[in-house]
Amino acid sequence: MRQSPIVEIDRISFGYDAARPVLRGVSVSIPRGSVVGIMGQSGCGKTTLLRIIAAAYLPTAGRATVLGRPTSELDRDGLYAMRRKMGMLFQFGALFTDLSVYENVAFPLREHARLPDELLRDLVMLKLQAVGLRGAAELMPTELSGGMARRVALARSIALDPQLILYDEPFTGLDPISFGVIVRLIRSLNDSLGATSVIVTHDVQEALGVVDYVYFMAAGRVIAQGRPEEVRKSDEPFVNQFVNGRPDGPVPFHYPAPEYGADLELAAA
Amino acid sequence: MSLPAVAALRSRLEALGSTVTSAIWRLGFASRFLGYLVLHSGTALRRFQLTMTEIYFAGVLSLIIILVSGLFVGMVLALQGYQTLQRYGASESLGVLVALSLVRELGPVVAGLLFASRAGSAITAEIGLMKATEQISAMEMMAVDPIARVVAPRFWGGVISMPLLAALFSGMGVFGGYLIGVQLIGVDAGAFWSQMQAAVDVREDIMNGVIKSVVFGIAVTWIAVFEGYDAVPTAEGVSRATTRTVVTSSLAILALDFILTALMFTGGNAR
Repeated sequence: MRQSPIVEIDRISFGYDAARPVLRGVSVSIPRGSVVGIMGQSGCGKTTLLRIIAAAYLPTAGRATVLGRPTSELDRDGLYAMRRKMGMLFQFGALFTDLSVYENVAFPLREHARLPDELLRDLVMLKLQAVGLRGAAELMPTELSGGMARRVALARSIALDPQLILYDEPFTGLDPISFGVIVRLIRSLNDSLGATSVIVTHDVQEALGVVDYVYFMAAGRVIAQGRPEEVRKSDEPFVNQFVNGRPDGPVPFHYPAPEYGADLELAAA
Repeated sequence: MSLPAVAALRSRLEALGSTVTSAIWRLGFASRFLGYLVLHSGTALRRFQLTMTEIYFAGVLSLIIILVSGLFVGMVLALQGYQTLQRYGASESLGVLVALSLVRELGPVVAGLLFASRAGSAITAEIGLMKATEQISAMEMMAVDPIARVVAPRFWGGVISMPLLAALFSGMGVFGGYLIGVQLIGVDAGAFWSQMQAAVDVREDIMNGVIKSVVFGIAVTWIAVFEGYDAVPTAEGVSRATTRTVVTSSLAILALDFILTALMFTGGNAR
């Protein structure tokens, strides 16, 4: 029998206020064990969609089923029980600046389990080893480079061995080496933990190299989806412009403005 | 009245109405926040080490400013008090004047104002920055309630620190008064201390001062944690929230002091 998807988003709509809908009739299905990308321009609603998956917001219409339960039916305890099976990597890591690298990774373990110090240490070192930063355990977050901070945050988000890992713009502001490291880690951690990953990003070429399936969003809707090789060949104008980074196309280069000549008062001259 | 005048009046009334309703809404929100915070204080009290850390940050690190200010306030009180008392030949009551002024009023109020600017602003800035850098969201995503884990220990840390700081302020002030009054001016030490001992009542004066400092501690720390948690998560938002904490809590201390003084030291206390 085919396994049910770990995330099933069914025709949801959402807006931070009633006048401006951010998501309009979005449907997304994320099968277990896969790495799925959600791509689109800034402001297209992809991060909002990620937060709906994390049940930080509830859809105003439609249904979001995550880890087998509709998010709208969860009370506080149910929500926290669900989040214990989830890890999230924030855009800039969101490390606790008053705690060392070791304590950051130990944080979720300390909060949710009473473990003997030795076992805790083994678990933290295991996670730090997985991201290659066992040697940085005693450093403070301010002493880390952007890429290292992102890796520590990744180690922290997998501390509880989550079934679902959510990545919010994991590549922003990274140098090419750190970039490559994070891309490789996303895939290897997903496969070794038997988890499912959702990556929200606009770094399209790099992300296409790691995902199994991709959804393209524009103006609050899913406008295209498919496997990476299908997307690369897509003749859908927006996807084509986005994947190839063309400056002009369905998304115009110029912000709407009055006629250029009129603006410079050329007609009057 | 002409039509534009009516329209202008109407828009002014609307603006007034919306200011009042939003202020009431915010007060209600802050009250619900306090209720939630108190109900979810289990972690802060069970893992008391978390609260101890905050007592260190809010209390111990405020010691220098509190002790030095207390000393100077006490010294100034003695100088000013002596000038007036000696005219009536009552300079030996200097100890009573210094002690009562500090224990009843200046101790809780000035310590509260200093606490708001030193510790309250730091609490707001810290929580606000944690919000701006998504540390609060990260905690929520780890199924850890940030109000229980971050806000409650800071709240209880402040509430516990404030009365202790006020007591130290008063103690230091009395010492400052002694230095100036007895050591410098030459008021009789025996009269200074014995009159103080006879006139300062544990229940009427000291307890009332303690009650004031507890109330100010709750008010300042509540405002500080609420403003931090409610801050707009940007650099400007955090800076505004920090300013609001200092302004609102200072005004709250002065208003509450008037109310408490009116309740405590009038009518039944005609000694």
